[in-house]
This record gives sequence, C-alpha cells and structure tokens, in this order.
Amino acid sequence: MGLALVLALIVAPEDADQGISQRIFYIHVPIALTAYFCFGLGAIKALLLLWRGEERYDLESYVAIHQGTIFGALTLITGSIWARASWGVWWTWSSNQLVLFLVLFLFYCAYFMLRFSLEDGPRRARSSAVYALFGVALIPVSFLAIRLASDFIHPTVFTRDGPQMSGSMFATFLVCWGAVTFLAYVLYRVELAGKRLDADLRELREVLQ
Amino acid sequence: MIRGRAIEKRYGRKRVLTGVDVAVPVGGFALVTGPNGSGKTTLLRMLAGLAAPSRGDLVVGADRSQVGYLAHEPLVYRELTALENLDLFGRLYRVPERRERIGMLLERFGLWDARSERVSAYSRGMTQRLALCRVLLHEPDLLVLDEPYSALDEDGAALLDRELDALAGARTLVVATHDPERLARLATQRVALA
Amino acid sequence: MTYLADVAALTRKDLRVELRGRDTLPAMLLFVLSTLVVFHFALPEGSGETAAYGLLWVAIVFTALLGLARAWVPEQEHRVLDGLVLAPCDRSAIWLGKTLATLVFLLAAQTVALPAFVLFFEPLDAAALGGVLLADVGICAVGSLMSAMAVAGRSREVLLPLLVLPLAIPLIVGGVGAAVSAEPERFLLFVLLYDAVFAVLSWASFEYVVTE
Repeated sequence: MGLALVLALIVAPEDADQGISQRIFYIHVPIALTAYFCFGLGAIKALLLLWRGEERYDLESYVAIHQGTIFGALTLITGSIWARASWGVWWTWSSNQLVLFLVLFLFYCAYFMLRFSLEDGPRRARSSAVYALFGVALIPVSFLAIRLASDFIHPTVFTRDGPQMSGSMFATFLVCWGAVTFLAYVLYRVELAGKRLDADLRELREVLQ
Repeated sequence: MIRGRAIEKRYGRKRVLTGVDVAVPVGGFALVTGPNGSGKTTLLRMLAGLAAPSRGDLVVGADRSQVGYLAHEPLVYRELTALENLDLFGRLYRVPERRERIGMLLERFGLWDARSERVSAYSRGMTQRLALCRVLLHEPDLLVLDEPYSALDEDGAALLDRELDALAGARTLVVATHDPERLARLATQRVALA
Repeated sequence: MTYLADVAALTRKDLRVELRGRDTLPAMLLFVLSTLVVFHFALPEGSGETAAYGLLWVAIVFTALLGLARAWVPEQEHRVLDGLVLAPCDRSAIWLGKTLATLVFLLAAQTVALPAFVLFFEPLDAAALGGVLLADVGICAVGSLMSAMAVAGRSREVLLPLLVLPLAIPLIVGGVGAAVSAEPERFLLFVLLYDAVFAVLSWASFEYVVTE
C-alpha cells in the first residue's frame, strides 16, 4: 500500500508541469507540515506518558519524534534544493521556515543524544517526555525569535515568494500533502511495530533463558 | 502499613524484581534478605517512595513526611557540616523544635563534638551515623533501612542496636541486611528475595 | 509560605556549598574574561561595533553552561538528591532553589564580565543590560532542568550544551537585539515572554525528571 502511495507521490508532481522549483515546493511544504505534525504527536504522547504513566507512550513518543526528525532533515534538504533552484544558493538565512527547521533539527537531534546517554527505564522515559514538550514550546518561540532577528538584526535580502496557486495546482498540492502524511503514518506504524516486536522477542528470550 | 502483591520492577530490559509479595503490619519489623543483586535495594527504594513498581500493586500507608529512608549512600552534603545538613533536612521535614532535636540526636550518636566539621572530614562510620540521625530526625512512622550496619564500627553498631531495640514495636521497620541473625530477636517477619 | 521558606533554605545551601570551595564561580569568572580576550583576537579589523555584542552573548551563554554543568554535582555525591526528593517539600522547590543559586553565580560572574566588555569593546546601555538580566533568568531556569536531566546519564559534560544551545538561541536573539536594535522594547518583551513560558514549563516538569 505504501508503494502505491509513493507512486502517487511521483505522478502528482509530474502532473504539475512546472519548473523544478515549483515541483520541489509540492514535496517540501508537505514534508515540513508532516514534520511539525510528528513533533506534535510526539509531544502529545509525551504528555500522556507523564499524565497516565503507561510505558507504551514512551516508545510511541520516541517513534513519532524519530519520524519528525527524519522529515525535518528531508525538509532541510528539499528546502536547500528549492533555494538552489529559486535563488541559486544552497542555503539562505532569509527563509524563516528553513532557519526554524534548522534550530528544531538541532533540538531534536539532542533528544536522541539524551536518550542515548540515559539508561533505559522510567527516568529516561520521563526526561525524554519533558524534553519533547519543550520542543513544541520552542517551535512558536523560535519562530518569533527568527522573525525578530530577520527584521532587525539580519535584514532580509531575498523576498520569499510563495507560489500563487491556481485550482489545479492546489489540488496537486493537496494530493501530495495527503500522500506524504500517509507515508509518514505508515512509516510510524512500521517502526513502532518493529520496535515492539524487538522488545517482545527480547523478553521472550529472557524468559526462556 | 505496607501491602504489595506481585511486584515487578524492570529497568528497560533488565528485570530486577519479579513476583514479590510483601505485607507488613503497623508496628511490624520485616527483615529483607537475599544475595547481592537480588533486588533488595530496589524493593526498599519502592517502599520508601523513590520508585514505583513496573507491574503489580504496592500500597504504603505513610506519606513522605512519615518515611525515613537509609540508603547505601549517606544522602548528606559533603561540603556542609553535620549541623548544617541536619538543619536543612529539619527545615524540609518541618521538624518542630528543630535545634533541640538535632542536638539530642547528634549527642545520642556521638557526633556532638564533630558537629561543626564538614562531612568530607568524617570517617565512613561517622558519616553513616550522621545518615542515621537524618533518618530519625523527623520521627518517621515507617523506617526503611538498607544495610544499616555496613560501615559502622563496634561502637556505632552498638548504638544502632540500642536504637532499633527502642524503635521496634513503636514504629514499622523494614531492614535489609546481610546479617539477619543480629536482628532475629526483633524481627516479626522475613522477606526473602531470590 | 513554607514553599518559599523551603526555596530559601535550598538556595542558601547551594550558596554555602559553593562558597566552601566548589570553585565553580572562579572558573566562570576566569572563563568569561579569557573568552572576551580571545574575541579581541578573533574579531578581524573593521568588523563593526555590533559584532562585539554578538560575541558578548556567546560568552555569556558558554559561561552559563560552565556553571550549569556543575550545578547538580553536590547532589550527585552521596546521592543527596534522593534525600531531597524524599522530603515532603514540593519537588519544584528544589529546582527553584537551584535556579536562583545558579542565577546568583551567573550575575556574580557578569559583574566582572560586563565592565570588562565595556572596557574592551563597546558601551552597554540600559536596554542591553536589561536584556542580559532577563536572559540570565531564562538560561538558568531552562539550564537547571536540563542539567538535572543530563547529570543522571553518561557524557553529561557534552550532553548539556547540546540540550541547552537550541533553547538558548531565542535568548541570544533577544539579548543581541536589545543591545543593537533601534527598538529594544520588542526584544526585551520577547525575552520576557520566553522567560515566562519556559520558567513555568521548567518549574512544572522538574518533578517528573527527578522521580520514577
């Protein structure tokens, strides 16, 4: 099923029949939105962990954030390609969206460093959960900061033109967005199931020893 | 006072406790025995309220202000003096007539002369005695002691014997020990961990 | 009111422990001064005055990190943190006490660093100083919590900057903006907003970080 969706993903941009920069836009923005969504999901699971105390939320939160980070990295990559196609540079500080993702990417990479550094157990689960909550609080605050910085400290050189979308383009965009979201969902379920299987196998092995 | 059934504690993949039942009535004196690594410390931490079981039920009929926990480590600040340490914990535990109580405890455990010296200058035995002062400071209803005799010399051990004699029956005690015979006469029950 | 009394007792304890020779404060002082001197050599000729303000903030953040890395070390020895967590006081009071103490140390380091900065580089007006003060609160609040998370694990000296730096970026924007921009009020308000949001978040979530 995931395969069919990936196909849909490729077909849709070809429909658009635009320049590369427009095509990337159809993937870049949905990926960015999906990344936000994943981080949000991770934070919700984190909140549930702290509130309800059920262990499974730890893994769910972790996988959601893992997905979010992957999509975040993809956002940066597609954003870079877009910048290259639109303005001829591989990176620009004037795209607030891109800078925000850079900050968030760093933040969530540190999430994994935190998990790596702590031993498995309730302490790690709780600390990760709290950190995940800080992440979603950081999103709007960082955005504000970057806005302030770009207005006052680093005056914008390039203006960012979001493409005007006509009806058919908008439809294509929606299809892409749906496809990317579904892809993320599938990946989430797959990874979660995989990790759960891992954990069950290990438990089984221990019981048998 | 304490009622626990089918207690299980896991740290990630490591299973530290499995299928533990424990029931200690008010005023009881429970001895927890078992080899190293059997989870004695983990169980006592749970009874003290520092950790919750991964599975199973555990009900402890005393809240934080009524529990005194003696860990493997002394839980006192190295850079502060005995007086300062006990004063801090006395405040946090809202001990009434704090100064008198601190003085009395320090004297009882033979630390009065060293009261204004930093803990970093203490011997291991003295630090352990200070830890005992900290545990008894707020007159807790439930005392959870993890191998209290370790690090104590002859005199310290004798002091502790006296204390436990006085406390048995009046308070609820749970003591993990490698030397159950020493306290056999006071114990009302045993909990053996595999 | 006992909450505030607890916090006061805990802050006093931290100040006392530091004064008894943890040597965190002298290290912070020396570090920030050395950093400022390094910046003089690192800034090429004609970089403009405003570049110096940026570097000031880098110095402040890293000095704060130095202090924060050692913030929970006294509680690690003899596992005193368990003793504090067991006490009937609110766990958030532990965080608040530590945050206030760290703030005192950071401010103390800055009473030397800021005049040195003015001497070596650029003047600092009221808005810039306000930015420094407000950002100090933010860094200490968030840093105390992150430090408590990191101290339980391994490679904690490396982990703490990784956890704190992304969170410090908005503060740096606010601080530099307050010093450099023609409309510092926006930036000061922003830092105030940051402080409000993250201090409350840290205060509320500390309990979960230190208990199982």
